[in-house]
Amino acid sequence: MIRLRYFASLRERLGVDEEALALPPGVADVAAVRALLCRRGGAWAEALAESQPVLCAVNQGMARPGDAVADGDEVAFFPPVTGG
Amino acid sequence: MDGVRVQTEPFDAATEVAALCAGNPRIGAVVTFLGLMRDLNDGAAVASMTLEHYPGMTEKALAAIVAEARARWALDGVRVVHRVGTLRPEEPIVLVAVASRHRGEAFRACEFVIDWLKTRAPFWKKETTAAGERWVAHRAADAEAEARWDDPSRS
Repeated sequence: MIRLRYFASLRERLGVDEEALALPPGVADVAAVRALLCRRGGAWAEALAESQPVLCAVNQGMARPGDAVADGDEVAFFPPVTGG
Repeated sequence: MDGVRVQTEPFDAATEVAALCAGNPRIGAVVTFLGLMRDLNDGAAVASMTLEHYPGMTEKALAAIVAEARARWALDGVRVVHRVGTLRPEEPIVLVAVASRHRGEAFRACEFVIDWLKTRAPFWKKETTAAGERWVAHRAADAEAEARWDDPSRS
C-alpha cells in the first residue's frame, strides 16, 4: 500500500485529501501512479492529465515522473507552489 | 542561530533578527526580506488570503533551501519564518533573515532563499475577493527568478 495525498486546488478538484492505494503489479514510478489515477476518469482524468501542471512529492521530497514508488511510500500530488 | 518555522501566529521581524544574531559577535551584516500581503492582485481587491501547506514536507524543503544557501555562501545564520492560515492585507507572510560577516554574502543569499522558496516550498495561496475565492496562479517570473541561480556566475 502507498499513502496518497492531494493538496490545494487539486484536492478541491478531486474532492479527497488522502487515501491508501494498493500498487498494482508494474506500477513502480510516479508517472505510472499518475496514469493509474487518471484512468479513474472524470475529475481524475481532467485534473491529472499530462497537460496539467501537477507536481509530485515522494516521501515529502520533490519527485520527477521517473522516480520510483514502492510499498510504504507517501506520494503527494499538488499544483505549482505559490508561497512567499 | 539557524531556524525554519511555519506558524499561524504573526511574527516580529526585529525579534527574529535579534535571535539570529545573539551570541555571535562575528556577524557584520544582516539582510532581511519581509513579504507582506497586498490588497490587490491580478486586478482584483483581495479581502483576505488563506495559506495552505504540506506539514512535514514544508519544513524539510525550507531546511534544504537553507542548507543550499549555506553551501553556496559563507553565512553565520539563516532564519525563515512562514505563516499559514488566514491573513489580511498589510500582515507579514514570510521573513527571510540572513547573517554574514560582510554584506555581499547576506544580500545574495537572502534573495536566493526567497527565490527558491517561491518555487520549491509547498505553500499555496487562496484569495478571497468580491467575486469569491480563487487559488493564486503560479507566476512564470518566479520560475525565471529561481533559474538564474543555476548560473554559477551568480554565486
